[in-house]
Amino acid sequence: MTAIATSGRRSALTRNRLPRYAPWASLAVGLIVGAALSTLVGFSLFGWGLFAAIVYTLVYVSWSGAVEGGRKARDKLATSLVIGAFIIVVLPLFSVIWTVLEGGIKGFLTPGFLNTSMNGVSGIQDNMSVNTGGRVLGGIYHAIIGTLLITLWATVISVPIGLLTSIYLVEYGEGRRLARAITLFVDVMTGIPSIVAGLFAAALFATIFGPGTETGFVASIALTVLMIPVVVRSSEEMLRIVPNELREAAYALGVRKWRTILMVVIPTAISGIASGITLAIARVIGETAPILLTAGFATKINFNVFSDWMASLPTYIYFQILNPASPSNPGPSIQRAWGAALVLIIFVMVLNLVARLVARIFAPKTGR
Amino acid sequence: MSKRIDVKDLNVYYGNFLAVEGVSINIAPRSVTAFIGPSGCGKSTFLRTLNRMHEVIPNARVEGEVLLDGDNLYAPGVDPVAVRSHVGMVFQRPNPFPTMSIRDNVLAGVKLNGGRLSRSEAQEIVESSLLGANLWNEVKDRLDKPGSGLSGGQQQRLCIARAIAVKPDVILMDEPCSALDPISTLAVEDLINELKEQYTVVIVTHNMQQAARVSDKTAFFNIAGTGKPGKLIEYAETATIFNNPKEKATEDYVSGRFG
Repeated sequence: MTAIATSGRRSALTRNRLPRYAPWASLAVGLIVGAALSTLVGFSLFGWGLFAAIVYTLVYVSWSGAVEGGRKARDKLATSLVIGAFIIVVLPLFSVIWTVLEGGIKGFLTPGFLNTSMNGVSGIQDNMSVNTGGRVLGGIYHAIIGTLLITLWATVISVPIGLLTSIYLVEYGEGRRLARAITLFVDVMTGIPSIVAGLFAAALFATIFGPGTETGFVASIALTVLMIPVVVRSSEEMLRIVPNELREAAYALGVRKWRTILMVVIPTAISGIASGITLAIARVIGETAPILLTAGFATKINFNVFSDWMASLPTYIYFQILNPASPSNPGPSIQRAWGAALVLIIFVMVLNLVARLVARIFAPKTGR
Repeated sequence: MSKRIDVKDLNVYYGNFLAVEGVSINIAPRSVTAFIGPSGCGKSTFLRTLNRMHEVIPNARVEGEVLLDGDNLYAPGVDPVAVRSHVGMVFQRPNPFPTMSIRDNVLAGVKLNGGRLSRSEAQEIVESSLLGANLWNEVKDRLDKPGSGLSGGQQQRLCIARAIAVKPDVILMDEPCSALDPISTLAVEDLINELKEQYTVVIVTHNMQQAARVSDKTAFFNIAGTGKPGKLIEYAETATIFNNPKEKATEDYVSGRFG
C-alpha cells in the first residue's frame, strides 16, 4: 500500500517518464519551427502543417528516446505515424464536405431549388438573372424524384436476389460446385466498371424493346448489376457470423431448416444485413455513368420509371457543368450543379446515419 | 413420456473415417446414463447419433440401429426433424436465442415450428417448463427480458427449460456443466436428478465426480490411438464402474492412471 501512496518514490520497477506536458510542448515547438521552415521555402498552410508534423514527431520521439529509452520512443513513433495517417485520411473528407458546402449552399437555399424542375429554364432565363441580379431559376426536383425512384427500384430488385443468394451460399452451398461458382461470379461482378453495367442494361433493353429504350427502369437494372454483389457480400458476412450453436439449438428442438433460417438465423443477423443494404444503396445512389447511358436526360418531372427519360442528381450535375443552359453565362448552371452536389452528399450521409441507426435498432438486446 | 434406447452395432463415419465403432448399449427409461472417456474418444459423436444431430456435420453417416422403444431412428423414411422433437438436446455452451425474450426462448420449440398457442396455454408451458428447470423463481418477474441477459448457469437452465418445453421422451446433454461454476453446476445436477423421474437422460461429462453423483449407469469410451475409432469399453452400474470395473482401461481412467 505504501508503494502506491508514495508514487514519486523511485524503485527497481520505476522508469524515467516524460512530463505530462511533453506532447503539447513538442507540438508548440513543431508549430513554431514548422512555421519558420515553411517560410524559408515560401509560406503556405499545407507546408506549415507538413513541417510542423515532421518537427513535432522528431522532437517528441527523440526527447522520449533520450529520457525513456528506445522501446517507448518506438512506441511514440508508431503512435505519431498512426495519427498522421488518420489525419491524412480525414483531411480530404472534410475538404470535400467544406468545398461542397461552400459551393452549394447558395444554390441549395435559393427558393424553389428543391421543388421546381428545369422545365422551360434555358439560357434566356439564366442570362436575365445574371444581368438583372435576380434569383436563379430552375431546380432539382425532377432529379431528386429520378434518383429516389431509380434507386428504389434497384433496391427492390437487388435486395431479394442478393439476400437469397447469400442464404444459399451460407446455409445450403457449403463447398458445392455451384456455390463456389456463384462466389466467383459475385467477385467478378464486384469488379465490373459501372459504365459496363450501364452498357449491359442499355443493350439488354435495346435487344428486347428496340434501340433507344431509355427509361428510369433501365437505369435501375444497371444499378442492380452493381448493387447485387455488394448486398450478397455484406449479407453473406453477416449470416456467417451467426453462431452455429444457434442453428443446432433450433435443430435440436425439432425445427426445420428453412424455419431455422427464417426465424433464428436471419433475425439474429438482421441488423448487419439491414445496415449492409443501406450502405449498398449509398454506394449506388451517386452512380453517374450507368445512368447517363440508360435514363437519358430529362428536364421535366417524370414519376414513371417505365416510360420516358428520367433525370437523376449525378447526371444533373454532369450536364449542368458540361452543357450550361447559357454558354455565355455558365454561373447559374454551376450554382445549380453545386447545389445538387450538396443534396447528393446529404443523401449519402443520411443513408450512412440510417445504416447505423438501423443496426442499433435491430441489434439483439442484451439488457438484464 | 420416457422411452428406452437400444443401440445395436453402431458405427459412425465422418466421410471415410471411422470415428466410433461397434457400439451396442441398452439405456433404460427414467434413468440417468453418463458417458465418460478421454477427449476425442467419440462420446459426443455417439451422443449426437441418438437424435441424428450428427447429420448437421457434412459427410457424417451411421451404420447400425438405434431403437427408441423399438422404433429404428435410422429406418428408411424416418424424418430426422421428427426424431429431434422426441429426443431433445442440451449443449456444452448455453445457447439461448439472442433475439428472443426468456418467455419466447422457452416457447421456441413450439413457436419456431409455426404452432399457435393461446395466451393461457403459452403461460402454462412457460411456467411448467421453467419450474421443471428450477428457474421459475429467478426469472418469473422478467420473462420479457432477453434470455442473453441471464447468468451462464441460468442460461443453461433456460436451455434445459427450452428442451423440456417440447415434451421430449429423451434428453441428451453434451457436457452441460463444463462452462458453469460449481454453484450453477450443482443446480443443474439437482435438476438432472429431478428430470430422471420423467425423462430418459443421457449425459456426456468429463467430470467423473459428476458422473458418480448424477448417473445410475455409466459407459466408458476409449480410443486406442489417434486415427483409431472410439469404442465402448465398459458399460455398467455407476458404482461398479467406479469401484469395481472389469476392464483394466476403465480402472486406469477412473483412478487417474493412464496407459
